[in-house]
Amino acid sequence: MWLLLKYTLLYAAVLTLVAMGGMFSERSGVINIALEGIMVIGGLMGVVMINILNAAGVPVPIGIVLTIIAAGAAGAAYSSLLAFSAINLKADQTIGGTALNLLATAVAMVIAKRINGSDSPKITYSTNTNAVLNSSNFSFQVGPLTLNYFLLVTIAAIAAAWFILYRTRFGMRLMACGEHPQAADSVGINVYKMRWAGVLMSGVLGGIGGMAYIVPAVGDWNFEMGVAGMGFLALAVMIFGQWKPLNIAGAALFFAVFRAMANIFDSIPFLASLGWPKEIYNMMPFVASMVVLAFTSRKSRAPKAEGVPYDKGSR
Amino acid sequence: MKKKISMSGFGSLLASLVCIAVGLLVGFIVLLVLGAITSAQSGGAGQSFGELLKVTWEQGFKPILHGGFYAKANTMGMGVRMEILQAAPLIMTGLSVAFAFKTGLFNIGAAGQYTVGAFFALFSAIVLKLPWWACLLASALGGAIWGAIPGLFKAFLNVNEVITSIMFNWVGLYAVNTIIYQGGTGPMFNLKTTKTFTLKECAPQSLLPTFNVNVGDKPYFGKLFTPTIGIFIAIALAVAIWIVINKTTFGYELKACGFNKNAAKYAGINEKKSIVLSMIISGALAGVGAGLFYLSGSKEWEPLVSTALPAMGFNGISVALLASSNPIGCIFSALFISHITVGGGFMYAKLFPTEVADIISGVVIYLCAFSLLFKTFLAGRKKKMASQPAPDKNGKEADA
Repeated sequence: MWLLLKYTLLYAAVLTLVAMGGMFSERSGVINIALEGIMVIGGLMGVVMINILNAAGVPVPIGIVLTIIAAGAAGAAYSSLLAFSAINLKADQTIGGTALNLLATAVAMVIAKRINGSDSPKITYSTNTNAVLNSSNFSFQVGPLTLNYFLLVTIAAIAAAWFILYRTRFGMRLMACGEHPQAADSVGINVYKMRWAGVLMSGVLGGIGGMAYIVPAVGDWNFEMGVAGMGFLALAVMIFGQWKPLNIAGAALFFAVFRAMANIFDSIPFLASLGWPKEIYNMMPFVASMVVLAFTSRKSRAPKAEGVPYDKGSR
Repeated sequence: MKKKISMSGFGSLLASLVCIAVGLLVGFIVLLVLGAITSAQSGGAGQSFGELLKVTWEQGFKPILHGGFYAKANTMGMGVRMEILQAAPLIMTGLSVAFAFKTGLFNIGAAGQYTVGAFFALFSAIVLKLPWWACLLASALGGAIWGAIPGLFKAFLNVNEVITSIMFNWVGLYAVNTIIYQGGTGPMFNLKTTKTFTLKECAPQSLLPTFNVNVGDKPYFGKLFTPTIGIFIAIALAVAIWIVINKTTFGYELKACGFNKNAAKYAGINEKKSIVLSMIISGALAGVGAGLFYLSGSKEWEPLVSTALPAMGFNGISVALLASSNPIGCIFSALFISHITVGGGFMYAKLFPTEVADIISGVVIYLCAFSLLFKTFLAGRKKKMASQPAPDKNGKEADA
């Protein structure tokens, strides 16, 4: 049971971070379907940094902070490609996002293969000793429960997101740009700037989320599979959470239980006795998300102006 | 979410060519950087920029540009055959996405429909031992079923087709892997090779017929490398889709629905039916693509290692965008994508990972996303405002 809790919290943290990333972007009016790609780039940067800092012998606590910052920065940098095309060039946001998803996997494969100097896109970031920075340093024990530092980041991020969105001038302005950009512009808010901010924030959260998905759970990662649809699942979490931080956290927990079962079903006697193949459990979060969306989407309320490029000149 | 492409054919072509040129340029720069890193690592500081350029050109960029025709790999027409082999399913997935675009839908689920289509084709071949044309029809049916789901979700439950397609991509992949593998006991699964049984051995009747051409007095393709007629089927279907979209009432209705759902409804078109039908046809096209590929007998499904969605489905998006959703254009853009992908495989892999070709096509789609900008720019600044279509407000309410 502790194992189920461990993985549920792990995936809930990932989904919350990434879905809140999507939330900031969509609240500002930009559909961010590129979350999957942003996660890949963030995760790649995270594990590459782990190996670099490991080799450099950086102390573990500093290394943890630095790698998380690097993952967020990489995500932000990559998301700026989306921001540029969607905001400045007024491109179709869904297509731009799809392109970035494809590009991310290709880039990650090329980089991973070159780092390995071989045909394998698998990067290893675990070592036998805990004295130097590696994947196991990101977890810690609380009694029988294994937690990881990304959970702390997530809790802080939820609080910060709630505060920013509902209690700051910036948050109000951001939401105004997603609802009615013309009105926002008329009172002197720079819509382009706010949307850039929204997308970059989603990049930071998505990048960290990508690392949170890859690093604490396993010691090596095959970048051929990207992040296995986790970014898209986060989109469903965001919709289910109605673009609100606290609801998103709740929705993420719900989906995370399903996702966690794929990891540990064979160690739970009841599930193991069913004898279902692993793929069924892999499928579950996606099926669950469709069932949920089917029932909730009729009264779902997306930010009104999302997906519509803002053109100062148009009326 | 909807891209209305109503530019002149010439403008679209020019914009696509610009996208390709920039994409190739980016690819060349990536290769150059990879080459430079390698020479720096191996301590080859003495290597001049000229030498670096030469290595990048000879071992990286030249194979990509030459594609299947790259000399060393093209013994007995092998490279060209591979290119044709991949182009056929690419045309189909491209058509799938293009058809959906024309009817106002973004079918990002071609990958899932392709997967299910592949399963249907292989099942009909290996288990049911049907002839090839029946297997192709089965693959169309599989794709159609998987395409119908997002259509139904959109029409009746108001869930955006992009979200549904993405989710069902993964559901389809996991389902197909499970059914084929079945813990090693699946009737289609060969325990020795950990793949599905090869069609050549267990279902030769399901293999697509092959053809050969004579160059001079010698056949161009070696005996083992004769390409299938899949490419001709794909081209014929592309023409058929062009006719359906442009010359029939049925196609007009589907298009009208994509332009303005409410107006179409007012004009007496059943918009729910149209959405579902569009997705069914779109899915069937992607399914046939998988049929054309897997019934060629040159690759088997590997349920244990297929953890990623087939790239063919997503490359279909590149094909469609590059072709500005023109079915005939899809033929040429599919040939291009197949060309650079096959070429990517011929690069000196130690230096240049094959995925550089994917980077090129990724950059090309990224550019296509705002190719409208190119087009308006090319069309001259005076017409700038007039030719920029207003954002589609109707697409909005559908966003789940």
